[in-house]
Parts: sequence; C-alpha cells; structure tokens
Amino acid sequence: MQVQSMHFKARAGQKLADVRLQQNLKKLTTKFVTARSAALTELDDFEATRDQAVERRMRAIHHLDVWLDTFEREATRRGATVLYAETAQDAARLVVEIAQKHGVKKAIKSKSMVSEEMQLNRALEAVGVVPIETDLGEYILQINDNEAPSHIIAPVVHKDKDEIADLFAKVHQKPRLTDIPQMTREAREVLRPHFLSADMGITGGNFVIAESGSVAVVTNEGNEGMCTIKPEKVHVVVTGIEKVLPTLNDLATIMRLLPRSATGQSISNYFSLLTGPRGKDDQDGPEHMYFVLVDAGRSRLIGSEFEDMLRCIRCGACMNHCPVYQKIGGHSYGWVYPGPMGSVLTPSYVGIENAVDLPQASTLCGECHVVCPVKIPLPDLLRKLREKQFKTGLRPTFEYVAFGVWAFFAQRPGLYRFATKWAARVMKLMGGQQRLIHMLPGAAGWTNQRDMPAPSGKTFREIYRERQRT
Amino acid sequence: MRVGLMVTCLVDVMRPEIGLSAIKLLEAAGCEVVVPEAQTCCGQPAYSAGNKAAARALAEKFLDEFEGFDYIVMPSGSCGGTIRTHYADILADAPAALERYQRIQQRVYELTDFLVNVVKLDTLPAAMPTAFRGSVTYHDSCSGLRELGVESQPRALLARREGIALTEMPHARQCCGFGGAFAVKYGDISTAIVDEKCEYIQSSGADAVVLGDLGCMLNIEGRLRRTGDHTTRVLHVAQVLAGDS
Repeated sequence: MQVQSMHFKARAGQKLADVRLQQNLKKLTTKFVTARSAALTELDDFEATRDQAVERRMRAIHHLDVWLDTFEREATRRGATVLYAETAQDAARLVVEIAQKHGVKKAIKSKSMVSEEMQLNRALEAVGVVPIETDLGEYILQINDNEAPSHIIAPVVHKDKDEIADLFAKVHQKPRLTDIPQMTREAREVLRPHFLSADMGITGGNFVIAESGSVAVVTNEGNEGMCTIKPEKVHVVVTGIEKVLPTLNDLATIMRLLPRSATGQSISNYFSLLTGPRGKDDQDGPEHMYFVLVDAGRSRLIGSEFEDMLRCIRCGACMNHCPVYQKIGGHSYGWVYPGPMGSVLTPSYVGIENAVDLPQASTLCGECHVVCPVKIPLPDLLRKLREKQFKTGLRPTFEYVAFGVWAFFAQRPGLYRFATKWAARVMKLMGGQQRLIHMLPGAAGWTNQRDMPAPSGKTFREIYRERQRT
Repeated sequence: MRVGLMVTCLVDVMRPEIGLSAIKLLEAAGCEVVVPEAQTCCGQPAYSAGNKAAARALAEKFLDEFEGFDYIVMPSGSCGGTIRTHYADILADAPAALERYQRIQQRVYELTDFLVNVVKLDTLPAAMPTAFRGSVTYHDSCSGLRELGVESQPRALLARREGIALTEMPHARQCCGFGGAFAVKYGDISTAIVDEKCEYIQSSGADAVVLGDLGCMLNIEGRLRRTGDHTTRVLHVAQVLAGDS
C-alpha cells in the first residue's frame, strides 16, 4: 500500500465530517468492545494467561534466528519450501516468481495484511495473474476499485449494509438485496467459480509453528480452507518473520487470547493448522507449498526500544478501544496498520519522517495498553517515537520555541510566580462579563471549539500566601 | 504526618480553589500540610512531547522540593501518574536522582487514593452553606484510573458526602479527548471525542460531573458551555468532598 500517512490531518478531517462513517464506526463499541469484555470472563485467569502469552511470544522473538531455522528445517522436511524476503517488494517478487514458475493464471487469496504491505495484488496483476480476494470484507473492497482495508480484522467496518448493497447491485449486475444472508449467498455464488478455477491459493499466517513446520490460520468464513484445498498446484503462505511460535503448546496459549480479544469469540469459526503439501496418501491439497517470510523492517526492531511491538498478535483490540480510531477510522492513518499498533508500526516500517502525525495523534489514555492481550506498552512506545521526533528536528519550530520558553520559566520559581500571576489576571479579563474564554492564543486548536470558564484572577500561590499571613 | 501538597500547575493558575479544598481534606484527616513555595510543574507536558531533557530537569526539581515529606499528595491522577509511574524512565539517565526518586516513589499519591488507602479519612469536613447538593456522575480520568488504579476511591468518598447521589454514566472510563497538546494539535478529533463524553454525561441525568483532573475538567466544561449546556456543573472531586462547592 502506498504510504499516505503524511496526509493524516486532512484525511482525519474528512472522516470526522462523514456522517455515515461516524454512524458505522459506532459498531466498534457496540459490537467488538462489548463482545470482548464478555468473552474474557470465560478465562479462569486472564492476567496469568496474558503473562504466559507475553513470555511465549518473547521467547520466540529473543531467539528469532533459532526458531526460524527450526521452522525452516521442519517445514522443509515435510515438503514445503521456505523463502525469506528482506523487503515487501522482494516478497511480492518471490510470489510472482512462484506463480510464473507454476504457470498460474488465477490466485485466490484469504485475508493477509502482510500482502497489503507487499501490494501483492498489484504485482500479480502486472504479470497477468488474476488475484481474487475471498474474505468477504476483502472481496467487497476489491470490487470497490481496490479500496484499502480500514481495520486489520474487520477490513470493511467503515461501510454499512446499504453501501454494500449498492456496490453489489452495481458490480454483480443483479437486483439490489438488503438481507445479509442473501447478500452473502450472492457473493458466494460469484466466488464459487473462482474457487474452482484458481491454480494458486495465497493465505496469510496468523502464526507459523517451528516444531511442526505448520502454519496456523484463523478465519470466520471458511474461505481459507477453499484457498488451501481447491487449487491443485500451489499454496503460498505470506507472513512476517516475527510470527513464529516455537511449539504447538505456545499456539494453544495464544489462541485462548486471540479470538476473544479480536471479535469476542471463544474460538473462531474456522481454525486450520496446515503442514506441508499434498502427501501421496492425501486426497486433496496443493502439489507445492511455499512460505514467504517477510522482514520489511521487523528485524530492525529486535533489540531496539520498540522490540515489544514484535509480539503483537494482530487482534485489533487496541484500535477497537482507541477513542481516536473510533472517531476517524482506519483510512486516516494512511498505511496498512491503523490505530495504536499502526501508529507504532507505520513510522517503524516506512520511516518516522513519513508518519510524523501518527505518534502525536493519541491522547495517551492508556486503554490500548490495558486491553492488549500481550501487554504491549503502546503509549510508552508512542512516547518514545515522540522523543525520537523531538530529537531529530521533526517537530515544528513553534514547538521547540514554546517548550524552550516554558521550561525556562518552570525551572525558575520566581519568574514562574510572576508569569502565572499575570496569566491568571489576563485570563480573568479575557473571560469578560460572561466569564468564559473563547480563545487562548497558542492553544487555538483546542479553545476554538470550547468556552472555558475563566479563572478567578489570582493564583493558588497568591491566595495561599495571603492566608499564611493572616 | 507531614504531607507535601503538589498543587499542580493547572490548579495553581486555573482553579486555585481546588488547592484549598485539598488542604481542607488533608487537614481533616489529621495531616500537617505543607505547600512547597518553589513548585511549578511535574514535567508531564515535556515528557509527553518527547522533550525528555526538560522533563528530567523538572523531575529533579520536584525531588529537591518534595523528598523530605512523609507523603506527597496531589489533586490529580495525571501528575500523580507521571511522578509515580514515569519518573523512573524520565530519570533513567540520572542515576543519583533516580536513587533519590526510588526512595519516595511509593509515597506519592493522588488525593482520593491517599484519603482512602493511607489516612483512611472517615469524617468529611462540614459542608459550606453554599455547597453543591444533587446528583453527580463520576468521570474516570485516564492516568488516575489506568496508571494509579483510582476508581473506587473517589466513588467511596462521594458516597459519604451528604446530599450527593452518585449515578453512573455509560463508558465512564472512556477518555474525554483532552490529552494535553493532543487537544491543541488535533482539536477537531478532540472535539469529536469530548462530544461523545458530554452526551454520556447528559444521558446520566446528573446535575454535575465530578472528576479528578484539571485537563478533563477544562476540556469537558469548555465543550459543555460552547454547546449551550450552562446547567451541568463540572466539579473537581476535592471541591465536592470538602463541601466547598
């Protein structure tokens, strides 16, 4: 996906003005937030499970080379081919080469955010391979002129049923339907011939398991099963190098948290553990199985102050609970990953200078940290990115000057006392007869839309001193 | 028990009466309250902006002023959160100061947390004749709630105030959209968030929203007034508990 994060402010403004989107985004709270909190009560000990999950994820990250080696060995032993890509472009090139090698004309895809990083559909189309998205949400976006997903697990959360009904009627050239099961049936009817005629299946991988050389895929629609069983020639898994888990036991722990944190389900409707291509006694499955494991900035985070980010299990709870995401939706963030996790990943993967707004556009309320199933300290990481921006001159001059002046005064109590004394008086005057301040210079962005009751005109310090004297 | 009161920079300039209410409550609990003259700001604005050097200078200044007290208390979860949970990071490159900080860290408290869990205040000061009476809804400020665990303490104290009835709003723990410089840099997003908070407050039917932080207070009150709500009172928990307003 092209990076558009530099247009954050303009995009967020458009999204705030979009009445329909505002209505659609309410689903985040009414659906996901409520469902998650109910599902978590099923766990005997949520906190201990989270601690376990953190430990298991970090064990993999701390010895990533060892576990990737183990994974490669075990997957290869079972007949799969493991390839590594240093950049997202390399990864797309590898998938294109695989498609060409096997004479692929059509590829069916189940959901993968890494494939968005790779701009994979575009790369396949460029060489004449037709990519078909089969996750319902991703399918809707693809037929809507390749619109970008706005959420990592609910890619089309920004749309409502009516918009999709219009789109289906237009693209499918059929009478407009508004009943969701009927609409889904119509999409299935369109997708079915693709499932039957594709030569290659492409899936993401929620995790790859080192001890067994398998990939674990979580879906709710069963389309992944069609993508990995129907195409006879090839199945390609694309995922990040950080998604490796040492053992199936580790996977079991993580799976207690992933669907519950994501959609509030105890378990997803479908869960596949796929190991190797079709064996000689197997009835189905692809002749060839490939893993394309993508770095694209991940290994740079190992050992850095952002290392904790690598244990992310992509549940989306941070964005579902983020007051900012809830108001502006995912497209405002301008790249593959939105919300708090995206505000850490985007600057890390595409360059801090290309996403200057993202670490700043957070109230640091801390709810993302509270709900994260693997306890990623997202607010701390956002603050560290702000620190990097401040140090490298990426903030506007005004900010440096304002902070310089403020810090100078705040470290000199006498001067500070004098300055605040006058500030309190001036603000009282600004309040006028109504005693409401309509605009504060330097804080216009905030006060322009507030009428702040004016202070009484004396600082606490002054009042306290007077009291002490009497 | 000698308690150093950190008034906080916003209370000092914007709402000095809250500082006086805090003193009244601490004295009612039997504390000897001292307000160090030279205090200014805990450094949070600098820390949140990524200006760690300025934050560190203010953290060291804070230590100079407050390390001699038995406890350090402030009518703010935001400043409390900065001092209690972030000073270790802010002072990470200043080992001597970090060591001094570690000796006081566990004695830094948000006001209601201190009143409930340390001094176990049982009798609130007598209310002024002009004191507020009516139904209130409590807004959980982010840092107090998530960094310091301030949630039941203010509610337990409010329940003891005669003439006050607590009624919960939906999503009381949701951020009001202030976030310091966030509200200035992204005013429109902040407004959309606070509008939702205002709706929740109004839907509770309470006469007043009570909270524990100046940032939320100015943000919520400012938005209520701008949108024409001149009746819903916005009060700091210290004012209500002290019976001052």
